[in-house]
Amino acid sequence: MDAILLILLIVGGATALSWPLGRHLRQAMDPVSLDGAAGRVDRWFRAFGGPLTRGDHGWKRYCFDLLTFNVVMFAISFVILATQQWLPLNPDGKGELEGSLIFNTVASFTSNTNLQHYSGEASMSHLSQVCSLMWLQFVSPAVGLAALVAMARGLAGRAMGNFFVDVQRATFLVMLPACVVLAPVLVLLGTPMTLAGSVTATTLEGAEQVIARGPVAAFLAVKQLGTNGGGFFGPNSTHPFENPNFWTNVVSAIAIVVLPMSCVWMFGRIVGRMRHAAVVFAVMTALLLVKVGCAMAWEAAPTPAFASLPILHDTGNLEGKELRFGAAAGPLWAVLTTCTSNGSVNCMHDSLNPLTGMVPMVGMWLNATFGGVGVGLINMFLYIVLAVFLAGMMVGRTPEYLNRRVEVREVKLAVLAVFAHALFVLGGTALFAATPWGQSTLNNPGAHGFSEILYEFSSSSANNGSGFEGLGDNTVPWNVATGLVMLLARFIPILLPLAIAGSMSQKRSTAQSAGTLAIDTTTFGVMLLATILFLGALTFFPAAVLGPVAEHLQFMK
Amino acid sequence: MTRKPDSLFASELLRPAVAASFRKLHPRTLAKNPVVFVTALGALATTACIPTAGAELGFVIQLSLWLWFTVLFANFAEAMAEGRGRAQADALRRQRSETAARLLRDGREERIAASDLKKGDIVVCETGDTIPADGDVIEGIASVDESAITGESAPVIRESGGDRSAVSGGTRVLSDRIVVCITMEKGHGFLDRMIAMVEGARRQKTPNEVALTVLLAALTLIFLLVCVTLRPFGTFAGAELSAPVLIALLVCLIPTTIGALVSAIGISGIDRLIRRNVMATSGRAVEAAGDVDVLLLDKTGTITLGNRIATDLVPAHGVPVEQLADAAQLASLADQTPEGRSIVVLAKNRFGIRARELAAPHATFVPFSASTRMSGVDFADGSRPRRIRKGAAEAITTFVSREGGVPDRAVLASAEAIARAGGTPLVVAEGARMLGVVQLKDVVKGGIQQRFAHLRAVGIQTVMITGDNPLTAAAIAAEAGVDSFLAEATPEMKLQRICDEQARGRLVAMTGDGTNDAPALAQADVGVAMNTGTQAAREAGNMVDLDSNPTKLLDIVEIGKQLIMTRGALTTFSLANDVAKYFAIIPAMFAGIYATAGASGPLSALDVMGLGSPQSAILSAVIFNALIIVALIPLALRGVAYRPASAAVILRRNLLIYGIGGVVAPFLGIKLLDVIVDALHLV
Repeated sequence: MDAILLILLIVGGATALSWPLGRHLRQAMDPVSLDGAAGRVDRWFRAFGGPLTRGDHGWKRYCFDLLTFNVVMFAISFVILATQQWLPLNPDGKGELEGSLIFNTVASFTSNTNLQHYSGEASMSHLSQVCSLMWLQFVSPAVGLAALVAMARGLAGRAMGNFFVDVQRATFLVMLPACVVLAPVLVLLGTPMTLAGSVTATTLEGAEQVIARGPVAAFLAVKQLGTNGGGFFGPNSTHPFENPNFWTNVVSAIAIVVLPMSCVWMFGRIVGRMRHAAVVFAVMTALLLVKVGCAMAWEAAPTPAFASLPILHDTGNLEGKELRFGAAAGPLWAVLTTCTSNGSVNCMHDSLNPLTGMVPMVGMWLNATFGGVGVGLINMFLYIVLAVFLAGMMVGRTPEYLNRRVEVREVKLAVLAVFAHALFVLGGTALFAATPWGQSTLNNPGAHGFSEILYEFSSSSANNGSGFEGLGDNTVPWNVATGLVMLLARFIPILLPLAIAGSMSQKRSTAQSAGTLAIDTTTFGVMLLATILFLGALTFFPAAVLGPVAEHLQFMK
Repeated sequence: MTRKPDSLFASELLRPAVAASFRKLHPRTLAKNPVVFVTALGALATTACIPTAGAELGFVIQLSLWLWFTVLFANFAEAMAEGRGRAQADALRRQRSETAARLLRDGREERIAASDLKKGDIVVCETGDTIPADGDVIEGIASVDESAITGESAPVIRESGGDRSAVSGGTRVLSDRIVVCITMEKGHGFLDRMIAMVEGARRQKTPNEVALTVLLAALTLIFLLVCVTLRPFGTFAGAELSAPVLIALLVCLIPTTIGALVSAIGISGIDRLIRRNVMATSGRAVEAAGDVDVLLLDKTGTITLGNRIATDLVPAHGVPVEQLADAAQLASLADQTPEGRSIVVLAKNRFGIRARELAAPHATFVPFSASTRMSGVDFADGSRPRRIRKGAAEAITTFVSREGGVPDRAVLASAEAIARAGGTPLVVAEGARMLGVVQLKDVVKGGIQQRFAHLRAVGIQTVMITGDNPLTAAAIAAEAGVDSFLAEATPEMKLQRICDEQARGRLVAMTGDGTNDAPALAQADVGVAMNTGTQAAREAGNMVDLDSNPTKLLDIVEIGKQLIMTRGALTTFSLANDVAKYFAIIPAMFAGIYATAGASGPLSALDVMGLGSPQSAILSAVIFNALIIVALIPLALRGVAYRPASAAVILRRNLLIYGIGGVVAPFLGIKLLDVIVDALHLV
């Protein structure tokens, strides 16, 4: 009962908030009219951006601008991290970082992944945290949002727009205001916010303890809202300063999913098909709820290792959970954080029951249940293209989406993006499972060890950033491999869909009739859901079987 | 046309198809289809494993055999489709191969082989000659037997100039002499193009087929990735997977079913068109037919029977209706037009007035002429001559005035009322007196309304094209149930209408025959030219209807839809099959891992079908995968059942049948095969 109330509170709350926020996103990102305030803001952006912000472009120029922007951000952040020991705002005198770790960290934050092979409080200066990592936490979701807006414009048959204007809109009209609202709430709920260094406390036993602190609330707000997930502290949202109590947990969980939800409504408004947006939203929600249901049900059983012990078994699996949130909050968060590409954790995913541990992986394999800010729906678009193609043929017409035909080029680009994700997850896992690069970093043998490698690559390729842990992942091979995967898995599924939208925007718009495949019906929703599940299952079934399923069945024996 | 093999597996088609499936093992042919190509590579690799198979020898041999069968079955499907199409094409080709041409050069006649004719050559054809190639009659008139192409035994008239000047190669002159200018060299005529389309080697893939092939290739790539990575995964888990087992999994997973049938589906779509005596000049046109949103249909011949028929008599005030009927019949006795005959029939049926033999000396028949616009009869016998006329209202008004009478306003009013209701009024007068009005009406073809309703259900709009005035057109349109009409249509208006519809994002199909239809036929997305039409029209369209039956446009649309639908349904089925194959093969591969001494491994719990042994499970899956191709060949050749309904209904039905069915069927099939494999101790 408590669990259901918790789901209602978090999922229901986020859904309710997403509607007005979706309307705001539309007005902020793609203003219908440039009269009045919206126009004034737009003129400021264009004045600030100079010649870069002039004119609307096609998909090629848009992608070029997007990539250039990211390369520059990557370079600046790399330099800050590499020189943090000489830079100011380093009260605790944090030292030099290893080269591959810097590459991995910058790749991770540029790609909105926030996979962390380091512990923030142990390695990063305040300047690194705020000017490099937190800055990227703002602009990386803004890049995703800009890409989605551009794709929507293309699908509506318009020019893609101007990347630099869009990214400013996303940063200053969406991310910043949202964080300005959320951060004080978190402070009020007990999250610390200070630029001072660590404090040294003397414990009751007389021991000296160094307690790290810093601008946590600000960091936390953008970490959750921007589907970033990188923690200020190593233990992420299990840390009592990063997630002090039940209410910060609820607010954080809502913040994880609310912007990706709003993106669906924004898309619907831009392409002018709200009923279609509602079907997509429903498909995503259905996937979310099924995963939440499975995770909670499987986690209600005690961990198999304790099953034979004479202890109370009615509390579910409490291993690796924060008791201040209760047993249900862990699996719910685990699902939310992997449905979206957030990746923050409030329990140890490594300690989840084997099948529960599979649920976050499924989230990352599908990577389209709301997904990352902007990019989640872009990923979903790939599935939509394939579903539309199959369903369109089944109704006996050349397939079309939003009145534009889906032909060779669109199918080719869409399956290429889907293939890339499968290649990064399965190829990476195979490489590390077969070599000492992965084998020697494992802390667990057999199926669980396999799951650890599989999870790490899934998390990198889905730009999620959560860790299964139990893996000694701060090694050069891991840093380089996951760093590369994160970057490729970030930009391939942005560029290819933009190319698809660019190609479709050039096509003659076709008329609707009773013979046209309706994309705003339950039947299409079922078709889309089936496409996602089939494609996911057919690609990842063997891996799932050898990882979590094998581990589960081993325990059942 | 010649006999059409109706049985799907007629023996005269079967034997060449079996031979062709071996011929198609040529790497260059296989490479055209990525899925079948990968299957063939897998079969080759498995065969190569036989020498090193050791204890698994029997298993590996059977595995490689069934993999080769999979490839052969795929080739067989394509060969069957080609064979059926070629059977039609050969019959046509035979008729033309031995033809000699009588070439006219500088006024002298010369006999050369038809295949040596060039475009622009002039040939003579006399009674009994076969016309050597497609061309235009430039001199003379002849009756031509076109049954070789159309199957229609009644000869047709071909004459120089006008809309009936086109002749086709392979047809025969029955009487008279014509001089033909060759417009198409042998090998380029539409028959040749059609023959090329059913032969796989020269067949061009259509856009949708290319897109599907790309999807299938990409899925093959994904499954290749799955199988390649499975080997290190297995090693990690302590299971050394052998190459034949991994190849078996790969071939089961890649969409072999649709991959094997995709070209058969495309060919059979064209074949189905040929069976209805429609020749498409490209597969693209067939596909486009499935996408059509608007049909432009000529009224006459498509929506209505060709002729108007008398349906009612409206007598003038004080005139008994029998008198009107009698006069109307008399006026029509010598009128051999269908309208005239229908008046005779109406009078007979309604009033029992029998057609009379009128003695020629008494009666003088006045035939219809364009200047008077009326016809009738004059009786010279007796004291007072009778002059009976029927014709258009204005013409009869003039006639009555000239006879010294006064036009009857009431009669003219009812004539106008008939015109407004979509009929054609013929006013009948005797001498100075108007007797009344005969109502002629277009008769809408039986069942056409229902077909339009079907079209509406699948979202296709119908537009009636007619030369009638808007009033008449509106009435017929309402009766036939078309969505809109274009009255007083000229070829220019037709073209404009097509452009308008296309600008609104609609795909347009139309039929046409005259030279002045050519621009519209070329502009339409699907242009069906009548075989009786001019060469220009036939060149402009992308299909030719040999029966010249405009109603066939409706069939063409259905064939196009069915073609794409079959592809979609079988793709869905093929992918849905993979679930069961995973559940057969994965437990078989990993049954041993993490096993505690003596017990089976934990993953054997996934063997939900309870298959005999790992080897029999894998073999059964591979056999199922091969046999399902053969089982589905008839479906690929016939196309999935098509019933007109909205997209939503069709999608739901096909998802249920091919999606859910595709998940369930292999569970049953593999289990059954496993029982057989076990019972026969094959492994």
